[in-house]
Amino acid sequence: MLRASGLTKYFGGKRALGPVSFEIGRGETVGILGLNGVGKSTLLRIVATDLRPSAGGLEVAGIDAVREPHAVRRRIGFLPQIPPLYPEMTVAEFLRFAGRIRGMEEKALARRIPEVEELTHIGEVRGELVRNLSLGYRQRVGVAQAIVHEPELLVLDEPTQGLDPAQVVEMRALLRALKERHTVLLSSHNLSEISQTCDRLLVLDAGRVIAHGTEEELSARLLGARRIEIAVRGDGDGAADRLRAIEGVRAVTRADGDGVVVFTVEAKEDLRAEVCRALVLAGHDVVRLDESREKLETIFLELVQGRAGDVDHLPA
Amino acid sequence: MRATWTIFRRELAAYLASPLGWIVAATVLLIDGLLFYAQALGPAAGERLSAEVLSRFFWTTSGLVAIAAVALSVRLLVEERQLDTLVLLNTSPVRDREIVLGKFLSAFAFLGGITLLTLYMPLLVMVNGKISAGQIAIGYLGLFLIGGAVLAVGVFASSLTRHPLLAAAIGAALTGALFLFWPLSFVLDPPLSRVIAGLSIHGRHFAGFQVGVLHLRDVFYYLAITFFFLLLATKVLEAKRWE
Repeated sequence: MLRASGLTKYFGGKRALGPVSFEIGRGETVGILGLNGVGKSTLLRIVATDLRPSAGGLEVAGIDAVREPHAVRRRIGFLPQIPPLYPEMTVAEFLRFAGRIRGMEEKALARRIPEVEELTHIGEVRGELVRNLSLGYRQRVGVAQAIVHEPELLVLDEPTQGLDPAQVVEMRALLRALKERHTVLLSSHNLSEISQTCDRLLVLDAGRVIAHGTEEELSARLLGARRIEIAVRGDGDGAADRLRAIEGVRAVTRADGDGVVVFTVEAKEDLRAEVCRALVLAGHDVVRLDESREKLETIFLELVQGRAGDVDHLPA
Repeated sequence: MRATWTIFRRELAAYLASPLGWIVAATVLLIDGLLFYAQALGPAAGERLSAEVLSRFFWTTSGLVAIAAVALSVRLLVEERQLDTLVLLNTSPVRDREIVLGKFLSAFAFLGGITLLTLYMPLLVMVNGKISAGQIAIGYLGLFLIGGAVLAVGVFASSLTRHPLLAAAIGAALTGALFLFWPLSFVLDPPLSRVIAGLSIHGRHFAGFQVGVLHLRDVFYYLAITFFFLLLATKVLEAKRWE
């Protein structure tokens, strides 16, 4: 759906982005993580064809977005950090304008606008002037304008910025709904939002992609191993030996709790099935089994602070 | 053209919904009415011929139309940048020239509406004096052309910055310079004086419209100025994507 190769952007003599290369498949939801000023918004503006790259290539749905931005714009919906809203228009007028400017016919608009209003829950304010809307509604109207023309690729820059916790939850639900219909590329400071909504992450630092993959992959790469947490009822005698005997297990640690013992198993691969089978066959009562992941915050900090070493050399 | 029409409609609605449009319209009509009273009916009017009254009316109205054009046009792209809405147009399948043209035409339509509201004054002259409808029509053609040219200058000024006062200053300075070329041409030596006079937006090129004489060279001049500054505005928008 989207292929960026060596995308670079200079503002004057200062490099703001790149070279950045990545691909996004159709139907994927990819989150961009990075500290302020690392080039997230610049990257999204280039993808949305608001800015032209200084160098590099960008393809959207097989179309060269640098040479033919006009053709690409029909396939993209963009919500910048500040939603682009005209304060003197009503919500309904604004959505009609947003659809028309994307080349939609009146019939298609008449069908689509109620759908979008329902999806983004803005039907009750459709007659309100945009200038009178709360921040939460403005953000939703911003999303509505981005999807009104049913774009294949949706680019969202900080969609929950400035929202209160209740509005963040609503926006997150909206993002999940959008995932089903669009390929989504979004940036956010809200790591739990990225964690809950994105299939894959791109971590940007100093204008470059320093890591990419699913949260689990990044976690495993940083740790160099996968961790499984398994809780066993009782004293867990003999369980540690059983676990160490499983092929592929590197280390087992034990922590006694109130009536349960929690073992942490480090392995190169996902051995949850083998671990569970071994303990059950040995007569232990397994009450919990999870893959222990580092929190996204930890992964993010490890990556941007360089504690993970040269992450570009990590296996993809 | 569909995008141009969409932008045109939104901008025209924005003028009608904003105090700026109505303030400009009221100010122009008030001052123009007062000046017309002084020139045609007041004690200083004397025994002027109706053609002379009409000529003076077009002379003063052209100045007011130019000032109104600067006031109306500077908001066009500045406001988009201030509201961060230009990104909506930039990421839609709309070409920069369509953005510029849609905005220009909306301002032109609004300014044209204000200009037409002054029509009762020359009609009063026609009813009470000896002037033809053709003289009035040519005078109004001149007002539309000079209004369009100054609007184009304002759109260009508006494309340069996100600060309305700076855009207004640039627009006013460029328009003022184009107006001042005419008196400046009298103090310069040929051939420079001829070049400067030829570029002046008011004196040489508007004189014919004032007295009901239509020269195609004057029409061409105003259209060329309009095209030139709209082209510049389009190029500025394109260039800003490369910044």
